[in-house]
Amino acid sequence: MGIFNKILTAFRGGATEVGESIIDANSTRIFEQEIRDAEKHLMQAKRELTDVMAKEMQASREMERLTASITEHETYAEQALAQNNETLALEVAEKIAQLDEELTEQQAINQSFSHNSARLKELVKKTERQLADYKRQLSMVKTTASVQKATATITDSFSTSNSKLLNAKDSLERIKAKQQQFDDRLKAAETLEGENSEQSLQSKLSQAGIGEQKSNANAVLDRIKARKS
Amino acid sequence: MNIQTLANHLNNLNDDGHTGFKFDCYPISGEVEVLQVNIVNREEIPIFVSITDNQILCISYLWGEDEVKPTSRAAMFETMLELNIPMPLSAFAKIDDKYALYGALSLASSMQEVEQELAVLSDNCLEIIDEMSDYLV
Repeated sequence: MGIFNKILTAFRGGATEVGESIIDANSTRIFEQEIRDAEKHLMQAKRELTDVMAKEMQASREMERLTASITEHETYAEQALAQNNETLALEVAEKIAQLDEELTEQQAINQSFSHNSARLKELVKKTERQLADYKRQLSMVKTTASVQKATATITDSFSTSNSKLLNAKDSLERIKAKQQQFDDRLKAAETLEGENSEQSLQSKLSQAGIGEQKSNANAVLDRIKARKS
Repeated sequence: MNIQTLANHLNNLNDDGHTGFKFDCYPISGEVEVLQVNIVNREEIPIFVSITDNQILCISYLWGEDEVKPTSRAAMFETMLELNIPMPLSAFAKIDDKYALYGALSLASSMQEVEQELAVLSDNCLEIIDEMSDYLV
């Protein structure tokens, strides 16, 4: 079973018991210990790998030295033969045979080091991948546990304060109503402000004798006189 | 980043916030500390913030399983999946028998980023409830 399913199963299984931690703290600790162990193994493997790689380099340098030495002695043997010095040539040949043997040995050692370092490199890569995977899983488990605990905290807080999370539609309606009220108030304030500024303009105009003037007694009298005649 | 400094920051924002919202928040203590963040005039849909080892989680509950019309459940899921990507910063979730919207932030987030997250999450919640009210009883 994958980590996702494990979390879901644990979550669903314990979901009825509010406040109870479903992800076992102990198993999390064990998991964390496993991660630390894996990290330690990784460090060891890396150190070992460095060691083996150094030895591999050493062995291949030794092989180069031996090969060069063999070539060198072969020329010596040729030179000895050219001088018809069979005894010396044989002596050199013996040396070459000895060097050959050493080379074969060294090749075997080198091969084993190469093999070892390849294996260790693979192991390091694999461990690194596994470690990353463990860490990802642990983070998932911990987050799940944390959300669970947070939910329990929230639920407890709501049940002790006797308040209740409202039904979604009702909540939205209330929020919208508040928003509407706010908007209405804003609009009312704007209208009021508009009216005020209109009034003040009107009064300024009439003071200046511009626009429609208030009728006064003289004007009324004039109007009546005009009608009579 | 911890719950207390976040609470202080949000409560002291007043009109200086970047989102135009006023926050009113208080920590709820429990096994895990949770900050209840109320946005003024939206108190009905609070946001709960908790800080884990590697992220800041902001969660808002949408509705309970009991509020979903049984015949609309599949259609509701479909819509949730379709909206999950277009919806900015938040994603759908289900915790116990409640559907939720949540956003996760890096622990290295700035206060302004958290503020932004909370504002967007709240907007998303209202939008989603409005959008999906046909699925609800």
